[in-house]
Amino acid sequence: MVVSVHQLDDGAWLSVNDERTVPVSQLWLLARHDICDCEQADFLAEGFVEVGVDWPDVEGRIAGQCIACGASGVTDWLAMGRVDRETGAFRKVVPSSVHVPRRRTKLATPE
Amino acid sequence: MPSKVEGWKDEIYGTEVRDHLYEFAEEGWDAIPEDEHDAWFERFKWWGLYHQRKGQESYFMMRVGVPMGRLTPEQLRVVGEVAREYATGPVENPEFGGAYADFTTRQSIQLHWINVEDIPDIFERLEAVGLSTIQACGDSWRNIVGSPVAGRDADEHLDVWPIVEDLHEEFKGNDLYANLPRKWKVAVTGDTRGAGQGDINDLAFEPAVKEIDGEEVKGFNVRVGGGLARKEPRFARDIDVFCKPEDVGTVAAGLSALFRDHGDREDRFNARIKFLVDEWGTEKVRAVLQDECVEYDLPAAGDNLRDQYDYNAGRADAPGDYVGVHDQHDGDHFVGLSVLVGRMGADEVIELADLAESYGSEMIGVTQRQNLIVGDIASEDLDDFLGESLLETYSPDPHPFLRGSIACTGTEYCSLSIVETKNRMVRYADWLKKNVPVPDGVEDFHIHLSGCTASCAQPQIADISLRGMKTRKDGDPVEAFDVGLGGGLGENPQFADWVEMRVAADEIPGYIRNLLAAYDERRESGQSFRDFVADRDEDELQALADPEETDYEDPYMHNTKMTWYPYADEDDLDASPAPTDPQDEPLPSDD
Ligand SMILES: [Zn+2]
Repeated sequence: MVVSVHQLDDGAWLSVNDERTVPVSQLWLLARHDICDCEQADFLAEGFVEVGVDWPDVEGRIAGQCIACGASGVTDWLAMGRVDRETGAFRKVVPSSVHVPRRRTKLATPE
Repeated sequence: MPSKVEGWKDEIYGTEVRDHLYEFAEEGWDAIPEDEHDAWFERFKWWGLYHQRKGQESYFMMRVGVPMGRLTPEQLRVVGEVAREYATGPVENPEFGGAYADFTTRQSIQLHWINVEDIPDIFERLEAVGLSTIQACGDSWRNIVGSPVAGRDADEHLDVWPIVEDLHEEFKGNDLYANLPRKWKVAVTGDTRGAGQGDINDLAFEPAVKEIDGEEVKGFNVRVGGGLARKEPRFARDIDVFCKPEDVGTVAAGLSALFRDHGDREDRFNARIKFLVDEWGTEKVRAVLQDECVEYDLPAAGDNLRDQYDYNAGRADAPGDYVGVHDQHDGDHFVGLSVLVGRMGADEVIELADLAESYGSEMIGVTQRQNLIVGDIASEDLDDFLGESLLETYSPDPHPFLRGSIACTGTEYCSLSIVETKNRMVRYADWLKKNVPVPDGVEDFHIHLSGCTASCAQPQIADISLRGMKTRKDGDPVEAFDVGLGGGLGENPQFADWVEMRVAADEIPGYIRNLLAAYDERRESGQSFRDFVADRDEDELQALADPEETDYEDPYMHNTKMTWYPYADEDDLDASPAPTDPQDEPLPSDD
């Protein structure tokens, strides 16, 4: 199954198979991250910088800032959701639960 | 590797997009293949159409580019009629009603809730009076900005209107420059006010004089690489080139070719020419322009007139806008009207067009401060014109807080914004007017409210800069602003100092009240707010005032972005009627 993912309109949202799925403006709770010194960053998504697929996960790097301490930065790769192998439907993660960004070994889809 | 957007542009872009738009219009929204939405909506931008945000599928923002913001009354009337007929959605806006037009900081006009099916009719109506949406968005020559009163203004260096008309003619619909790495914003300034705001454009022609062969020649100095977006603000940089009026087209072609050929097409976030100027430096920009792009010897820069600039300059000795009555060189007057946050009801747009025409005006100007100007009012008619009832709302003598307020589109329609903007700015201005004493001598106080770091409301160059943010209040996320102080253009442009971060939106009016009280108490006599800020370091600025809750009420504290429309009674994304047909009825779902 082919999954096409884009960040568009200056990184305003993540598109999965031409449907807008994850917008900026949400708060992501990040653990084991390098945005700031907060144990859990309360991270406002201001723009999607890179997006890619690590089948079946759709992943992205987000520019934004921790609203607890004010530090700005770009996250490592975060899972944004998962594509269902059978139906191709996209199920997005809940930003307010805890997420752990990770470095990538594979090449992402360039935008 | 070129970005995905570059791939879509390679397939279809520029003028040819129009044929496809007409096909989709004929067949309806569903004819746009679902798996090609992203590609088509990127291409539609070239024709001035921007797909509205999530929850508003099938609706488009339509931008009409107005060179130097100059309209005839007839053109303005057509804009009002198109807005009244087509720019209506399923729900009204509580402040502005059901049909309105937005006048933007780049002197364009934006209409919302446009359905693809109506586009051919709208294009026909606009084009019949010489208006167009061509290249209003997308990666190309955008609307050329400058003073709408060029050729009328008594404070003028050169009448640049014929030059801008030539540039518009040459670079709109020109395949050579149709597909640039990113947007290309040009300002041409011929007045002595600096009203073109060239410092924040990709390419700026700034008034200058130079002695050539013993004669003093009036022309322009050239600056390149300004822009405010993405927390990477730059003022345009002087590349040490003087340009005679007859050479503007050549230099503009050369620099846009340089951008086309050398700009970054792999990373859209690094594509604007400001980053190329960072990387190369101004000497290399000049050298490449000379060697690759123009065939005559570029003269070195002349003497500029920047010490006279007062437009949005925060000066105590001159107003920073066009509001009020001004002299034209022919003895008539032009009258600047304050349009709060740049939004005007469709019926009022038509009324203003009729009014201007009845007074013999041939020009209505859109300014970069989201205001309007009516030109050509004869001295003997001036009192009558100023007494017209429409000018009670759109006043030539507005309260300073209403006069200086600018806001971008915000979460009402925009994908990128973090917060609600225009309605909030209206409420802020209203509260400030009722509750905050205006310090002596302050006629226009500039508050620029931008929903995000794209900076469409030019938040870094205002007395008070508000940029959309989030914070937590009692544990819950609420809409908020970073607050900057003391920015402005003028001889020595300055970006705001970001002083208070993540202030909850309902504490902003109280903060501004406290801040202005401190300014009033501690300033030197006659000192402008901008100078007052410039005299203080960051710690002193922070100590001036604190945010505070007041009786100001903010109905938009929740995450307006997660609604389908922030002012709908049922505002959940699931309650959206979109996608719809042109009558705003939901289309049958194919699930
Ligand atoms: Zn933090």
